[in-house]
Amino acid sequence: MTPTTTPTTSRPAPPSGPPGSPGGPAVRVRGLVKRYGAKRAVDGLDLDLATGEIVAVLGPNGAGKTTTVEILEGFRARDAGEVRVLGEDPARAGRAWRARLGVVAQDSHDQAELTVAESVRSTARYYPAPRDPDEVIASVGLAGKAGARVRSLSGGQRRRLDVALGVVGGPELLFLDEPTTGFDPQARRTFWDLVLRLRDTGTTILLTTHDLAEAAHLADRVAVVRDGRVVATGTPETLGGPGARTPLVTWTADGVQHAERTDTPTALAAHLMATVAGADGEVVDLCITRPSLEDVYLGLVTNGADA
Amino acid sequence: MSAATAPVPTPAPARARPSSAGGHLPGVARLALVRAGVELRQFWRERDAVVFVFAYPIVMLAIFSTVFGAEDQGTDVAQIGYAQYFLPGMVATGVMLTSFQQLAVSIAVERDDGTLRRLRATPLPASGYVGGKVLLTLATAVAQTALLLAVAALAFDVPMPSDAADWVTFAWVFVLGTATGTVCGVAFSSLPRSGRSASAVVTPVVLVLQFISGVFFAFFALPSWMQTVASVFPLKWIAQGMRSVFLPEEMAALETSGSWQLPATAGVLVAWLIVGLVVGVRTFRWRRRDDG
Repeated sequence: MTPTTTPTTSRPAPPSGPPGSPGGPAVRVRGLVKRYGAKRAVDGLDLDLATGEIVAVLGPNGAGKTTTVEILEGFRARDAGEVRVLGEDPARAGRAWRARLGVVAQDSHDQAELTVAESVRSTARYYPAPRDPDEVIASVGLAGKAGARVRSLSGGQRRRLDVALGVVGGPELLFLDEPTTGFDPQARRTFWDLVLRLRDTGTTILLTTHDLAEAAHLADRVAVVRDGRVVATGTPETLGGPGARTPLVTWTADGVQHAERTDTPTALAAHLMATVAGADGEVVDLCITRPSLEDVYLGLVTNGADA
Repeated sequence: MSAATAPVPTPAPARARPSSAGGHLPGVARLALVRAGVELRQFWRERDAVVFVFAYPIVMLAIFSTVFGAEDQGTDVAQIGYAQYFLPGMVATGVMLTSFQQLAVSIAVERDDGTLRRLRATPLPASGYVGGKVLLTLATAVAQTALLLAVAALAFDVPMPSDAADWVTFAWVFVLGTATGTVCGVAFSSLPRSGRSASAVVTPVVLVLQFISGVFFAFFALPSWMQTVASVFPLKWIAQGMRSVFLPEEMAALETSGSWQLPATAGVLVAWLIVGLVVGVRTFRWRRRDDG
């Protein structure tokens, strides 16, 4: 099980220190492999989460995100690789370990006949040191719905209940799997504030999402997964390396469109002004853009892909 | 493994965190009670399930007793009213519905709808989950049987046994039958591929057993090969045990062996209890069969 190095870009110093200590690794994955028949859903994946940080795992559908997360949660067995979550191997960890995790999975439609309060209170009782259920309900903005049947909740309210159920045990590590799918912009913003408050209370969060704005807003670090591997990690600002952020200057001269990547766009613009500007001093269609996280992400997941 | 540069192996989970020192993991008995509360609330609020479980044996008793009301059952040995003859089979069928059918279907459905996945992510052990199911089953089986007996006695004038020994037999057949049905239901729940197919897989099993086990037809009137097949399964024995409680002693002559065979009943039910327990423990899955 030799740890393999992933071609990462501008990765911060790997987390170190004893598990559970501040700044120590909450999650450490090396060379993770999961096969479904002949297909390698996860193919040598490496991932680190330091205690107290939010890491967003991005990637197209079928890239292996959900499989990876389910292995970390102890739902699925792996075929190869080294996995440590809160210092334990999820494949062998027991109830005491589960008590330290929170999981917010995708599309659950269970417990429809319970009320919000019953649902959160009964779940709290599975844990050794739960949070106060009523406070948790209030923190996700469902205080007014505490007596309502789960069946009657809207999609967004249902999702916030999922989060309440995921955090009521007082987890050290929280898994959020595409938490804001189907939210309206305002609900999404409220939800983000909730996640950041959780982080501020010391919860480590592993977030999977398709929403690049969400990743940019919430994540301390981003890991992009493609074909079962992490192809890049970094802060949302540095992901993809400096090259990926090189500003792009586009303009039109003599009816021909031009594009040039440069670290000195201002100088290029000045040069264009002096050389190709018209009589009015304008360069036709001049535009300077800095690639967004989405542009960088799309570059990472489409580069060299067969499709 | 020998590389000096390998990361330091993580030591055994040191409970470094103060929050976890604040409490111990709750015990299984307490968790089963918490789960039973959740299960009862959910069951009671799903009206259709409640109506089915409680009404089915009563409606069947009413229909059969009305249709065949004029015909007495038995031979020249003993003649009793149809409702009285029919009641033990309905008690047995009620036990099977509330235990086996309810559990096999509900666990398969909960494997599908995310309930088990969510519970799996908590420190709730499988024993706590199943314990809650057992308590729910016990509560519904008691309530349903009491209701059935009340209707039989009040509306159909079925005489209730006056002998304490009969009620002792009733109690152990009921408890053992419910326990057997419960563990077999847990074991069987792993068979349906999905929650949607669960009813379609479980119901035929229950229906066939009802027809061959002397629930709808008098057991002595069935072909002997059918009696032999039925003798392998618990329902025939629960029904026979209940006949020993609710039918007059002379009717024992109508049983295939000429007696109530209570020791054999206990033996078969205990055997199924053990088989169901072993299979249930070995095959219980938090996830669907076809899920990676």
